[in-house]
Amino acid sequence: MHELSIVQGIIETVSESAEAANAKKINAVYLRVGALSGVVKDALLFSYDLATQDTILQGSKLIVEELPVLIFCQVCGKNVELPGVQSFRCPTCDTPSAAIKQGKELEVRSIEIEV
Amino acid sequence: MKLKCETIPSMATRVLELRKNVLNKNDELARELRKTFQSAGVFVLNLVSSPGTGKTMLLEKTLAAFGRRGFRVAALVGDLETDNDARRLAQSGAPARQINTDGRCHLEAGMVRSHLEGWSLDALDFLFIENVGNLVCPASYDLGEALRVALLSVTEGEDKPLKYPTMFNSADVAVITKMDLAQACEYDREWALRNIREIRPAIEILELSAKRGLGMDNWLDFLERKKRGA
Repeated sequence: MHELSIVQGIIETVSESAEAANAKKINAVYLRVGALSGVVKDALLFSYDLATQDTILQGSKLIVEELPVLIFCQVCGKNVELPGVQSFRCPTCDTPSAAIKQGKELEVRSIEIEV
Repeated sequence: MKLKCETIPSMATRVLELRKNVLNKNDELARELRKTFQSAGVFVLNLVSSPGTGKTMLLEKTLAAFGRRGFRVAALVGDLETDNDARRLAQSGAPARQINTDGRCHLEAGMVRSHLEGWSLDALDFLFIENVGNLVCPASYDLGEALRVALLSVTEGEDKPLKYPTMFNSADVAVITKMDLAQACEYDREWALRNIREIRPAIEILELSAKRGLGMDNWLDFLERKKRGA
């Protein structure tokens, strides 16, 4: 997808909070990316260093946590993890489910700053 | 000898929990738009598909037919270049505006909002947004719509939904287009429907040919029901 503009979004999201906390430096950005978010981890990492030049994020590390899809299975009565995105059925009992509980995330979970 | 201990000021490391969505701006705008649409009573649809699936043709016929049924309708259509689609849609008599995306491959909430200037939303029953023909990028951009409609033509290949799971999974309705060509393409209906449902269980699926008028009443009745909240 548009990993460069996603990184710009990260810069905006993080800058506001970092400035509010009087951060002198940002060491790391912890990002959660769901399997249905449309974003590719490698492409993000590739764009990150370039895009963060001359920003408060320069020199920081982007740490990406990839989240699998979780659907809620009515039959099993709980959230279950899907091995991929080709079949939206419970891996245990095969019941289809449209109830996505995790997988669309594109979220800055936290940042490590120096104050 | 006295030793002087100096405290060197050092920086402290802190971890700030943010839990902030990166596409915040678009999602916030989309949420606002959704609220605006709901209070104005206008039912908004976002049509997505590959290029050439038949979004514009479906909208041409839909706008004209809804006009005849007495509904007040309008359309926004996104393309990189040309206003060809807006011109086609405007022939129905309904207001239609072109969004030229400046090279962007998808519509965003901000573009929708800026192109609604001057339109009285409470004077509309339906607003149709035709997205840029693209099965990848539009999936991630909420436009504030009430219904996302993914179109798939009988000519594209029955396994399309498996190839583009993010888009089809994000849809509320699937519409199979160009049904008049099904036989010529040796379209495998069962396989196509199965694939759509595999990616998006319980999705509602309609089949039609806008050009030949097949399944169109069913589509229009469906939209009316959805607007009523049924």
